[in-house]
Amino acid sequence: MSFPWAQEYKPQGTVSKWVDERLPLPRLVYNAVGAGYPVPRNLNYFWNFGVLAGVALVIQIVTGIILAMHYYASVDGAFNSVEHIMRDVNSGWFIRYAHMNGASFFFIVVYIHIFRGLFYGSYKAPREMIWLLGVTIFLLMMATAFMGYVLPWGQMSFWGAQVITGFFSAIPVVGEPLRQWLLGGFAPDQAALNRFFSLHYLMPFVIAGVIILHVWALHIPGSSNPTGVSVKSEQDTVPFHPYYTAKDGFGLGIFLIFFVAVTFFAPNMLGHPDNYIPANPLSTPAHIVPEWYFLPFYAILKAFTVDFGIPFTGIIIIEAKLMGVLAMFGSILLLFFLPWLDTSPVRSGHYRPLFRKFFWFGLIPCIILLTYCGGKPPYTQWVILSQIAAAYYFIHFLIILPIVSRIERPLPLPNSITEAVTGKPLEKAAA
Amino acid sequence: MVRLGAFLVGLFFSGMLLLGLGDTVIKAIQEPAQPSAEYEFHEKPLAVSFAHDGPFGKFDRGQLQRGLKVYSEVCAACHSLNLVAFRDFAALGYNEDQVKALAKAWKTEVPTINPETGEPATRPGIPADKIPSPFANEVAARAANNNALPPDLSLITKARADGTAYVYSLLMGYRDQAGYKNAEGKELLKEFPDAATPAGLHFNPWFANLNIAMANPIAGDDQVTYDDGTKATKEQMAKDVSAFLAWTAEPKMENRKSAGWAALGFLFIFTVLAWMSYRTIWADKKH
Repeated sequence: MSFPWAQEYKPQGTVSKWVDERLPLPRLVYNAVGAGYPVPRNLNYFWNFGVLAGVALVIQIVTGIILAMHYYASVDGAFNSVEHIMRDVNSGWFIRYAHMNGASFFFIVVYIHIFRGLFYGSYKAPREMIWLLGVTIFLLMMATAFMGYVLPWGQMSFWGAQVITGFFSAIPVVGEPLRQWLLGGFAPDQAALNRFFSLHYLMPFVIAGVIILHVWALHIPGSSNPTGVSVKSEQDTVPFHPYYTAKDGFGLGIFLIFFVAVTFFAPNMLGHPDNYIPANPLSTPAHIVPEWYFLPFYAILKAFTVDFGIPFTGIIIIEAKLMGVLAMFGSILLLFFLPWLDTSPVRSGHYRPLFRKFFWFGLIPCIILLTYCGGKPPYTQWVILSQIAAAYYFIHFLIILPIVSRIERPLPLPNSITEAVTGKPLEKAAA
Repeated sequence: MVRLGAFLVGLFFSGMLLLGLGDTVIKAIQEPAQPSAEYEFHEKPLAVSFAHDGPFGKFDRGQLQRGLKVYSEVCAACHSLNLVAFRDFAALGYNEDQVKALAKAWKTEVPTINPETGEPATRPGIPADKIPSPFANEVAARAANNNALPPDLSLITKARADGTAYVYSLLMGYRDQAGYKNAEGKELLKEFPDAATPAGLHFNPWFANLNIAMANPIAGDDQVTYDDGTKATKEQMAKDVSAFLAWTAEPKMENRKSAGWAALGFLFIFTVLAWMSYRTIWADKKH
C-alpha cells in the first residue's frame, strides 16, 4: 500500500501501545497524513488544494450545523429566520456569511484542484479511481450547493429551484410526473423546502464519506507530481509530516486570508441581490441566474437553441430543451471517461507541447467564456459566444484530446523526480 | 469503443451547437434586436459616498437619526420595515428612554387583541415590538396605492444592485418626461414615442422600467425638520434616508468590519509563522 521506505508508526508510551493494539487509529492517521506517508518532494502549490478543499468542507459543516440550530424550514418563516440569524443571533451574521461565502470558496478550491488534475494528468493510470471518486464528489457538491441555495427562500432560491427541477420535465413521458415527485408538489413549496433542508444536511456527510474513499484510493499509488514521473526511490520523496503539513499550513493561511477578506469586507459580492427579496411565486425575476459556480453549465444548457429532427418533415426527435439538459449533465459526466479518452502515456502537461496549447489557449478561455456568458441575459452576442464556447468544450474533451494523445510527440521526460529537481541523476547506491 | 462513442457524442453535441449558432446568426440578421427604451434610457446609480463606505467605514449616527426622521415622517406612510424592532434604534445612539418614547409615539400602533372582548385592537408600541406596518395586509396596501405594493424597506439596499446608491438615485431621479434627454443627448420620446409614462405612474430613469408607481416622495426642501439643525435639502434627505436604509439592511456592518480586521491581523501573523516554519523545514531539501 505504500513505499517500502515509509516510516513505521512506533507507539511510545504505554497508553499509545495499548491503544495501538486495540484500535490502531493513530497508526492510520500516521500513515495517511503523517510521517508514514512518503510524498514526492517536488509538489508545487497546486497540490495544496486537496487539503484546502477538505478544510472548506469542515468550515461548511461546522457553520452549517450552527445555522441549522436557528434556521426554520418553512415557506413562511425561512426567509425571516435567516434574517433573525443575521440580526439577533450572537455573531449569527458571521456564521451565515461564512457559510454563504464558504460555499463559493469550496468551489474555487475544488475547481483549481480539478484543473490541477486536468493539466498534470492526475486522472491517468494508476489513479483512475481517485479521479472517478473526485468527479462523484463534485456532483454531490453541486447537488448540495443547489439545495442549500434554496433554503433562505428568497427570490433566486425559489426561481432557481423552479428552473433546476424544470430540467426533469424535459425528459419525455416520465418527466413531469418525475418533477412533481421530486418536488412533492406542482411547484417548489413547503414539501420541497423541507426535503431540501433534510438532504442539504445529509449530503455533506455523504461527501465526507466519499472523500475518505478518495484519500484511500490516493494512498494506493501515492500522490502524483508535476513531472508526472513515478516515484523510483526514497530520494524522490519526503514524509508528508512535517514537510507537507508545513507547506499546507502556509497554503491554508493564504487561503483563509482571501476567504476572510471576502467574507468580512464584501460578503454579498458573489451572491445575487434578488435573494434578499422574499420568494414570491407570482413574481418572476427579470433575469434568473444560478450561483456563479454553476454558470458554465448554465451557459451550456442555454446554448442549445435548435431541435434535433428530420429535416423538412417537421419531425422532432430531441427537443432543444432536452438536448440542453442532456448536454449540461453530459458536460460533467464526460469527465468520468477522461482516463480512457486521453491515452497519452505521459501524464504531465509540461512534457506535452500540443496538449498544453489546447489546454491554455482552448479549454481555459472556453471555460472563462462560458462562465461569463452564463450570467448574461440571452442577447444575441452572448448566445453566439456561448454556442462557440460550448461546442469547443465538447470538441476538446471528446475529439481533440483522444486525437492529440495519439499524434503528439512528447518532450523527453526526466529519469526521476530527483533528477528533475536537482539536475543530478539518482544516486543508486544511496537508495 | 469508448473513444468511438465519445467521438460520435462530441460530433453530435458540437454539430447541434454549430447548427444553433448558424440559426442564431441568421435570425440576428433577418430580425435584428429592436432597441428598447428600458435598455437605452435606464441609468446607472449616481456616484454618492457615505461615511460607512469602505473597509474602515462607520455609520454616521447623526445621519442615521436624520434618516430615521425622514423614514418615519415620509416613507413610513406606505413602506413597512418588518425586520427592524424599536429596540434596534439604540444602535443609532438613542438611550433607553428615547427608544421607549420613539416606540410610544410611532404613528402606526401595534395590532393586538382586546383582552376583554378578543376583538382586534391596537396599542402603543414598546421597544420589543417590530416597527408596525402602515397597512394591515397586502390587499389593504394595494387598495391604498393604485394596486401597487410598496415593498418592505428593511433589506432594500441589499436587494438591489449597488443598493444604497440606487435608493439615493431613485429618490433624486424623478424627471419631467417631456423633452427628457439622456447623457448621450438622445431624447426619449423622440426615439421611443410609445414609452410615454402611463397614467398613475411616474417617470424615473433610475427605475428598471423607467416608470415607477411611487410618486416623488421628497419633492422639495424642508419636507422634514431635522432636530440637529441640519438644513433639510432634498439631497440631504435622500442621502440620510439611504444611509438609514443601509443600516436597516445590515445593522451589524460595523461589527463585521472590525472583526474582519482582527481576523486578518491574526491570519497575517499565522501565515508569516507558517511560512517561516515551511522554509525552515524545507531548508535542507531542494525542491
